[in-house]
Amino acid sequence: MENLMEILKGLDFSPLFISLKTGVVATVVCFFLGIFAARRVVKAKPRVKAVLDGLFTLPMVLPPTVAGFFLLLIFSTRRPVGGFLLDTFGIKVVQTWLGCIVAASVISFPLMYRNARAAFEQVDPNLIYAARTLGMSERKIFWRVVIPSAGPGVASGTILTFARALGEYGATSMLAGNIAGKTSTIAQKIASVIQNGDYLTAGVWAVIIIIIALVIIFVMNIVSGKKMKNFRRW
Amino acid sequence: MSAEIKIKKKLGKFQLDVDIVTDSSRLGILGSSGCGKSMTLRCVAGVERPDSGRIVVDGKVLFDSEKGIDVPPQKRKVGFLFQNYALFPTMSVEKNIAAGITGSKEEKRRQVEHLLAMFRLRGLEDHLPGQLSGGQQQRVAMARMMASRPEIILLDEPFSALDGHLRDDLQREVLETLKNFDGTVMIVSHNRDETYKFSDALSIMDSGRTVQTGSTREIFAHPRSRAAARLTGCKNISPAKKLGDKLVLATDWGLRLHTQEAVPDNVKFVGFRAFALQNAREPGINVFPFTLRETIEAPFEIQYILEAEGAQWPVWFKLAVPDKNAPEAEFTGLVRIPESSVLLLD
Repeated sequence: MENLMEILKGLDFSPLFISLKTGVVATVVCFFLGIFAARRVVKAKPRVKAVLDGLFTLPMVLPPTVAGFFLLLIFSTRRPVGGFLLDTFGIKVVQTWLGCIVAASVISFPLMYRNARAAFEQVDPNLIYAARTLGMSERKIFWRVVIPSAGPGVASGTILTFARALGEYGATSMLAGNIAGKTSTIAQKIASVIQNGDYLTAGVWAVIIIIIALVIIFVMNIVSGKKMKNFRRW
Repeated sequence: MSAEIKIKKKLGKFQLDVDIVTDSSRLGILGSSGCGKSMTLRCVAGVERPDSGRIVVDGKVLFDSEKGIDVPPQKRKVGFLFQNYALFPTMSVEKNIAAGITGSKEEKRRQVEHLLAMFRLRGLEDHLPGQLSGGQQQRVAMARMMASRPEIILLDEPFSALDGHLRDDLQREVLETLKNFDGTVMIVSHNRDETYKFSDALSIMDSGRTVQTGSTREIFAHPRSRAAARLTGCKNISPAKKLGDKLVLATDWGLRLHTQEAVPDNVKFVGFRAFALQNAREPGINVFPFTLRETIEAPFEIQYILEAEGAQWPVWFKLAVPDKNAPEAEFTGLVRIPESSVLLLD
């Protein structure tokens, strides 16, 4: 018990904030990219649709380390893209917090995309047709008719994206590394303290992340509960 | 007022081939489910695109594949009434109606007020569509449609989802609204009563093709094809063989029918409506003996299912009488098929 108090007193909370910051930024990025991608795919012709869908879903199916490998290939400063970003804009992705965001965004993007797409496909096409005959512009139709109708699905996609981004480990450790106070997220912190045999600290972080996870699930049930109102109990 | 719809569209194995020309401003399209009539209406609205062809309504070219014209639905000034109304579920009644109005806030408010009053929706402004009854939903859909000031109104099976009593009321309301509308109205339906009430000109569609277009009254009185006869409610149709100038053999029943009109050489089918038959007391022209197979009692009519000697298919005979005990309902065993009621079809 005394040990635990000591650990809590001396605990460096930076992984919590790095994880939360990464989660929030990655969720915002995925929210817009995912909705945009979903809209593209829903409007695409069947063949284009199949190709785009495969591409957008890939990060979810691949082991995160494979995604990390490709991200390294792209962003390593010794490679053309990474070198160009560093030389021209002074942007460095590898071993930086930006790397955390890129890795978390790529890994959690499919969750946003797939949920948004499923929600869009549920929208009665007659609503869109009606809106068109009423003279509403395509942009207005999307934001005023489609998004509100698909609201619960989009919202639960957003929350899942946040949850996934928060816990991202594989690709993050490869691209951003585990630099204390800079790129060390909760998931990475747990892995490194366990390697040092410090199970107590690992346990504290595990409890913290369980609490966050429970809050996420709770919020998600409230959000999708609205949609479920019309369903009968089994 | 006129309309020209000549379009082709391939949908998988289904081929839509529409050819409608009319100078009426109240056009009905009658066809069974899946015949392509709704698709035709969607092409007119511009929410579906034909592969080729031409759509002109009231002199305005909406689509012309040869000239590369395809006016977007937003610019076609069409009002479309959907079978399920397609009200925006997340918007209040007020917002639904305002969705199609352009102009200042003040102008919007004024117009919405006007329409709420006109369609008896006062007090429901803040309700969501899901909280309204079927009749109220339809009135909101009508109000929303009229708010966008359409020049063409398209009705897609507007009353199919409603039950009897409500349907009659709403039909009357919609007819009332359309009376003051001086643009073109097109209604698509599989219901003959509905199309009869709403249209002056009628086009019959069968598996993607237009089979007959003409005045509604004329088509109901003289359908020219089997599909037209069936869709206008003719229960008795048989393959036919020409026997003489005014004599035709209905092969399904083995009946030699005298006709008022001259029988065309290419006659393929012959039919007569169940209501046209009469009980007969003595032999005569077009009087045939039948055996009574079955009696079906409907609220205000009697239906006799009859069998001609040696025939495989029954003949429907309907009498508009309250019950089978009415003296005029008594089945005599002899039935007259008036010559004027024999329909010659191809």
